[in-house]
Parts: sequence; structure tokens; C-alpha cells
Amino acid sequence: MITEHKSPQEQALIFNKIREDLLRPVQSISLSYKLWVAFLVTLIIAAAYGYFLQLNNGLAVTAMRDYVSWGMYIATFVFFVATSLVGMLISAIVGLLGKKWIIPVSRIAEMVALSFVMMAGIIIVVDMGRPDRLLNVFLHGRFSSPIFWDITVVTVYVLISTLLLFLPLLPDLGIMRNHLKKDIPKWQWTIYNLLSLGWVGTPNQYKILHSAIRVLLVLVIPVAFAIHTVTSWLSALTLRPGWDSTIFGPYYISGAFVAGTGAVLVAMYFVRRGYKLQEYITDESFNMMGKLLVLVSLIYLYFNLNEFLVPAYKMKTYDAIHIKTLFTGEYAFMFWATQIGGLILPLILSIFKPFRKPLPMMLIGVAVVLGAWFKRFIIVIPTMVHAHLPIQNVPHEFHVYHPTGIEITITIGVIAISVLIFTILVKLFPVVPIWETAHEKGVEIEKNL
Amino acid sequence: MSQNITPEVTSRRNFLKKFGLTVGAASVVTSLGFLSSCSNDDEMVDLLTTDGQTVKVKKSQLKVNLKEMQVRGREGITGKKFVMVIDLAKCRNARKCMSACQDAHHLKPEQHHINVLQMENAEGTGSFYMPKPCQHCDNPPCTKVCPVDATFKRQDGIVLIDNERCIGCRFCIAACPYSARVFNWSEPKQVEGDENRVYDIELNVPQKKGTISKCLFSADRLRIGKLPYCVSACPNGTYWFGDANEDAVTNGTSKETVRLSTLLEQNGAYTLMPELGTKPSVYYLPPKDRLFDYENTELNYLGEEEEHHG
Repeated sequence: MITEHKSPQEQALIFNKIREDLLRPVQSISLSYKLWVAFLVTLIIAAAYGYFLQLNNGLAVTAMRDYVSWGMYIATFVFFVATSLVGMLISAIVGLLGKKWIIPVSRIAEMVALSFVMMAGIIIVVDMGRPDRLLNVFLHGRFSSPIFWDITVVTVYVLISTLLLFLPLLPDLGIMRNHLKKDIPKWQWTIYNLLSLGWVGTPNQYKILHSAIRVLLVLVIPVAFAIHTVTSWLSALTLRPGWDSTIFGPYYISGAFVAGTGAVLVAMYFVRRGYKLQEYITDESFNMMGKLLVLVSLIYLYFNLNEFLVPAYKMKTYDAIHIKTLFTGEYAFMFWATQIGGLILPLILSIFKPFRKPLPMMLIGVAVVLGAWFKRFIIVIPTMVHAHLPIQNVPHEFHVYHPTGIEITITIGVIAISVLIFTILVKLFPVVPIWETAHEKGVEIEKNL
Repeated sequence: MSQNITPEVTSRRNFLKKFGLTVGAASVVTSLGFLSSCSNDDEMVDLLTTDGQTVKVKKSQLKVNLKEMQVRGREGITGKKFVMVIDLAKCRNARKCMSACQDAHHLKPEQHHINVLQMENAEGTGSFYMPKPCQHCDNPPCTKVCPVDATFKRQDGIVLIDNERCIGCRFCIAACPYSARVFNWSEPKQVEGDENRVYDIELNVPQKKGTISKCLFSADRLRIGKLPYCVSACPNGTYWFGDANEDAVTNGTSKETVRLSTLLEQNGAYTLMPELGTKPSVYYLPPKDRLFDYENTELNYLGEEEEHHG
């Protein structure tokens, strides 16, 4: 909203400063950035070697066996979907509500979402016994399988998220094309030139852009809900105690809100520090994200109470075995660590204003993200350790699940790929929307492209 | 050894048809070791038709056809509804069923299409042995979740797996409440002749790395009118097997045939976990009046006695 009218000269000054600040990261690569990329690439190469071993020797290189037949890979898949869901939802819901504080955060959130959802598809292929037959899913797809639904909605989500990241980039791409020609390598400029789709910023273009974004913001909400509800159904549609739950859809969605908010907080902190964007990603942004974390954590806590205390009160035979495993048994430490360290403590701390500052918020975000990953582990594995019928006449390794080094290496590598995608995205494109920021500061952007 | 052969020449097909063979279904060769002992192409071989007649066919005019076997394997046997009845009073953990099954399907010692479990219904009610094959549910949770239709239910009630199509996602393992499915985590056990063998969907041999395997009710044996491997191997009369449409089941040991409905009604038969709504095709007769004393020997997965700890 333009609060006061500024003279054209003033506007040009403000606009130039914003443009220079936000485009500076695109024009140079720092040493720490290079080291970070090298670190990620090392992890990815190690994972590639692990995957090579897995292809040669079969999934036997993992700790999965006939009873615990899904392990870390599937847990990480659920984690990816959870984390990716929120990036879009934050910018969509908060954006549609007309809250301005989301502007500097929305693009980071969308980049997190896109880089995570892409790897969700990859880790599923890693988990397949016969990745060479991936095409069978399209050749022989069976509609009754939740995997079929999952592939459909994840594909649609990737499409909408890409558009939702790309369309608001158009004016910025136009700015980069117009102003960066001398400052960056030719190939990079060519990319911007092509991607800008000939954007010149006429009022009509802005009109179309605004309505297109609005349509996408509305569309992405049901699709984002769908990807995680269907993902929860991969478990909830089976008869297994621990998964056989009617609230799994909303339970997953509310968990995803927490995980995604945590991931966005971490990303915001490092982008702001690395690119010195304190003026744009302000303390107030962290304050608001902290408040959002409190809200979504409360909802998630409520679903956790329902998910665990209701069966724990009744203690049906098979549910009781599962609940005891989590509360006091083999997985008790991990369970309480995720509940307390990954949910309750972050919730309580974020209530207090001194903790809603950048550094504490980042640390809380790290705890939330770690807790989110281990929580997915807790959801997937303990249920499989206990089958309905006794596990007999099989070697000891069939009774337990202790992930192998190869499995862990591959999982970390796939996570590293998604972080690398994010790292590249924030290098190639302005992480804070130039045109929206300028507009907020009273610049008539149509005249200042 | 049995192999499926399809006539190559049309006239030969018509000739075979006279003997009750369908074209796609072809027939089953019972001549011993016929394919593995390749010698003379003009050799005459015996074909056993589905109605039990033997015909002589030139070997050179036959070829194995994977696709037709898969089509036939998906259709199943018309008019049948196969059921198994397991009399728990008779089972004494001889495990002949398990070894016959593992031999037939080329399984490793830890892979069980049928597994004899030591069970106790509630504390203090006494232990018993319970052979547990795939329940071939009429509402199978496993087939619904398969994204590629690799596992499916046939008209005769059998749930099969096509390991030429399976993508190895293992959703069916997660979905099965009876833990009836196994996975080839590494290279499967290699039996001589496997490498050149055409995949038999009704036997699930050769096994393949990265795919599922499961109990098939010995669909290949049913095709030639024989009882399943496990049923025939039992020395204790534990298994009854037959056709619910005919209301008749045959005991694998004594070969006695009785009315299915009478057997179930008079013995208080039940199915496993009926509350899950899976509608199994396997019935159990309660372990009442057991023919033996339960010995609490713990066997490891290789069938050897295990030392007791504490």
C-alpha cells in the first residue's frame, strides 16, 4: 500500500538501493558459498557410491527386511513432503490474508518447498527394489493404489509450486535483464533474458500477473493439503496398529506446518546472514514467523494428544504393544526427544518475545527440523517392528531395524541434493522480491523497471 | 519339473485343441526333465492336457511363451474357488510343508511362503503350532495398494504376484496383516536351470532380485489337478485342500475327500483375524484333542534346535 506520495527522484533513489542490495548476491560468489557447495557435493558423491552398491547388491545393503520393509528412505520421503508443503502454504495463506510481513519471506519459503518436493520423488525411487521398472507405474498404473494418487498430486504440486515461484519472479527477471548485462557472465544474462519472457512491466502485464498469482495461491492450498493427506494415507489405509488411524491426514498436515516453519526459519537466518539482508529480512520477520510457529505447534500438539492418548487409554491388544514401544520401550528415547525437543520446548520458548529473535529462532528451527525427521522415523518404523502375528523362524536381523552405513549415507546425500538445489536457487535469483519490496516502499514500479 | 509349452504351428494348435487344450492356456509338459535335457529336436514329448489325457507332440514344434503364461496365470481356473482347511490338532511342527514349499519355489531358508508359528491365544491356554500360508483373502489388502497391478486376485480366489512387473515398492508387505509376503532383498537362491528358465507366474520361479514372492496355493499344481506342495508333503494329516464350489476338500496325507461345509461346521472352524474384514480362504480347525504333546523346543530359522538362554 502506498502510504505517501513520493517524488519521481525519491522513488528512483529508493528503487536503485533496493535493486542493488537485492541483486548483489547474484553477481558474486563468496568463498564460504563455494565451500558450502563443495561440502554438499561431497555428500552427494558419497551417496552416489552408496546407491551404486545398492543397485548391485540389492536392498539387502540396507537394514530393511521382510518385517521392517520400509525404513529411513520412506521416513525421509514423508519428511520431504511435510517440509515442502508449508513453504507454499505460508506464502499462500498468509499472502491471501493480505499480511505484508510475508513479502520478504515468501520467496525463500517457496524455494524451500520446491527443492524439498523434488527430492521426495527421488527418495521414493531410491527405495524401489526395481527402479528400472519405474515406467510400469505409468504403463500399468492401478487407480486403487494410494501410490498412484501420490504420484498424481505430487506432480501437480511440483507444477503449481514451480509456477508460483516463477510468475512472481517475472518483474525481477525483467529488472535483472535490464540492469545486469555488464555485471554478470553472458550465459547467466541469457538465462534471465529468456526466463523474463519479454517482461516490460506495462500496467496490463501487472494486472494479468496479479490475477494469475492469485489463482495459483488459491489452487495451491487444496493441492498442498492433498499431497500430505495422500502421503499419510500410504500408512493410514493399511490395517497396521499405529497407522490404522482416522486422524492421520490432519495429523500429518499439522506436523508439516511445524516442520516447514522450522525449515523456513533456518533458511531465512542463513540467507539473511550470508547475503547481509538485515534491512529486508528484518527482526520483525523472525518475530512473526515465531508467532506462526507457536500457532502451528499448538495445533500439532493437539493432534498428538489425540493420536497417542486415545489408544493409550483403551490399550487394545495391538495398539498397546505399539504404545508401550513408544512410551517406555525400544523407541522411548527417540519418541520423547521428538515430542519434547522437537515440539513442546520450541512451542514454549517461542511464546516469549526474547526468543523470537533471529539467532534463537534459527536454533529453535533446527530443533524443529531435526525433531520432524525423527518423528517421521517414529511414525514409520516402530509400527513395522510389531506385526500382528509373531515373527518367527527368521534370522535375528529380521526382528530389528538398525539402519546401515550405506543407507544413512544415501539418505544424507539425497537431503544434500535438496539443500544444494536451494543453495543454487538463492544464488541465481533474488531471494527477496525486488518489485514487491519497492512497491511496499512507495515506488511506482511500472515506471522504474 | 513342469514347463509350459505353446504350440507354434496352427495345425498343431487345432490338433491340441481336440484334446481339450485352449490355445492361450496350452498345456503342461510332464515328460521328465524334458527341457533341461536338450538333445534331439525331433524327439516326441508327452503333453498332459488339463483334462488328464496324454498327447505326443514334436518338441521342435513347441515353444515356451512368457506372455501367454502370464495371461493364463492372471485368469485362473474357471469355475473354481480354492480353499484350504488347516487342522491345528494335527500339526506337530514337522515342517515338511515348509521345506517342500521352499524347494518348489526356490526360496532361501529365511523366506517362508508358509511358516509354522508357535502360538498361544491367551496366557495359560496352552501353546500350539499354526501353519500360516497366504490367506488368499477375498478382500485382499495387498492387491488394492499395488500401484502397478503386479499382484492381483484371480477368479479362482488365488492371489498371485507377477515378478516380471513388480517394481519392488513393498507396499503389499506393509498392507498384509498376516505377514505373508517376502522380498528378494539380494540375489535369490539359484537352482540349476533357473538362468534359462522362462518365468512361471503360477510357480513364481525363477525368483528375481528386488521383487516380492508369496504363497501361490501352488497354482501350477492345481493347473494339473494336484494338491499343493505343502499339503502333499504333510505327514500328519494337517491339511485339507479343495474347491468351495464343489463343497469338497481332500486331505493331503490320507487323500480322503469330505464335504467342506460339514468339516467346517462340525469342528468350529474359524479364520484368522476376522475383525479385519479380509475374508480369508484359509480356515483353521481349533487345536482341540491334540494328537501330541506340545514340546517347547525352539527351532531357529534353519530348523535347528536353538540353545535356551536363561
